Amino acid sequence: MNSSVIVFPGSNCDRDIAVALEKMQFKNQMVWHKETTLPKSDLIVIPGGFSYGDYLRSGAIAGKSLIINEVIKAANKGCLVLGICNGFQILTETGLLKGALLRNKNLKFINKDVNIKVENNETKFSYKYKKNQILKINIAHNEGNYFTNSDHLKKLNNENLIAFKYCDKHGATKEENNPNGSLENIAGIYNSNKNILGMMPHPERMIDKMISNNDGINLFSSLIN
Amino acid sequence: MKFSVTVTLKKDVLDPQGKVVENTLQNIGMESLKSVRQGKYFEIEVSDQDPQKAEKKVDDMCKKLLANLVIEDYKVNKI
Repeated sequence: MNSSVIVFPGSNCDRDIAVALEKMQFKNQMVWHKETTLPKSDLIVIPGGFSYGDYLRSGAIAGKSLIINEVIKAANKGCLVLGICNGFQILTETGLLKGALLRNKNLKFINKDVNIKVENNETKFSYKYKKNQILKINIAHNEGNYFTNSDHLKKLNNENLIAFKYCDKHGATKEENNPNGSLENIAGIYNSNKNILGMMPHPERMIDKMISNNDGINLFSSLIN
Repeated sequence: MKFSVTVTLKKDVLDPQGKVVENTLQNIGMESLKSVRQGKYFEIEVSDQDPQKAEKKVDDMCKKLLANLVIEDYKVNKI
């Protein structure tokens, strides 16, 4: 499988995700944001970081970059697209995913390992996980407070488009386990076709027991097949 | 021709920064304060001479980049 990681000025998780993809035998290429064509890709990843220093709004400037037009075209043709953290923010700014990521409710940058629950394990991103499996994954963001209108929220629930929810270690999605104020503890969502996943937690940081855990690895092993 | 653009969070979107400013204003004794919403301000100059055309262009800028219409409202004024 071929993967492309889009790199913006200010991206800082691009190499981590490349390591994760290569570990899972993806043939990966890094693509600079000024490019106007994409290499042949089965998966496009928009990595975490602070593209353009979060000027204007997180992801707003990157969402209008040259390469993004190609990402939108590929995504609309069914190419798999994964946006992590700033990548999720960029995907909402392009409109590929609906809603927006607001400033964390407590106005603090949050960097910690949190529990999230697999809400849907029937997608190309998640089928190696069990339904309701609880993962411990790192989050590191200032704008991760997912917001959308009530019609779209209903659609997310009715069409099973919520990918992950913040929860406690038993899987209960209570307000006290919601780190950033996201609606319904949402940590990640799919588009209607389920070929685009945006998530705030960083699975690429959880691929090796030596340095953290390997709860993130099944996301990549789901994708490789 | 110059315009000012103000972008603020929509009414039903929580504005924690505005809330903190509001609380602080209350703490320093500012009376009769009802509420504070925080936003962004831009001054934009365009070369069009026709005011309608110019305003339409600035409106387009707001829709396409300056405001995220999912969460924000904007106001354009000629200055």
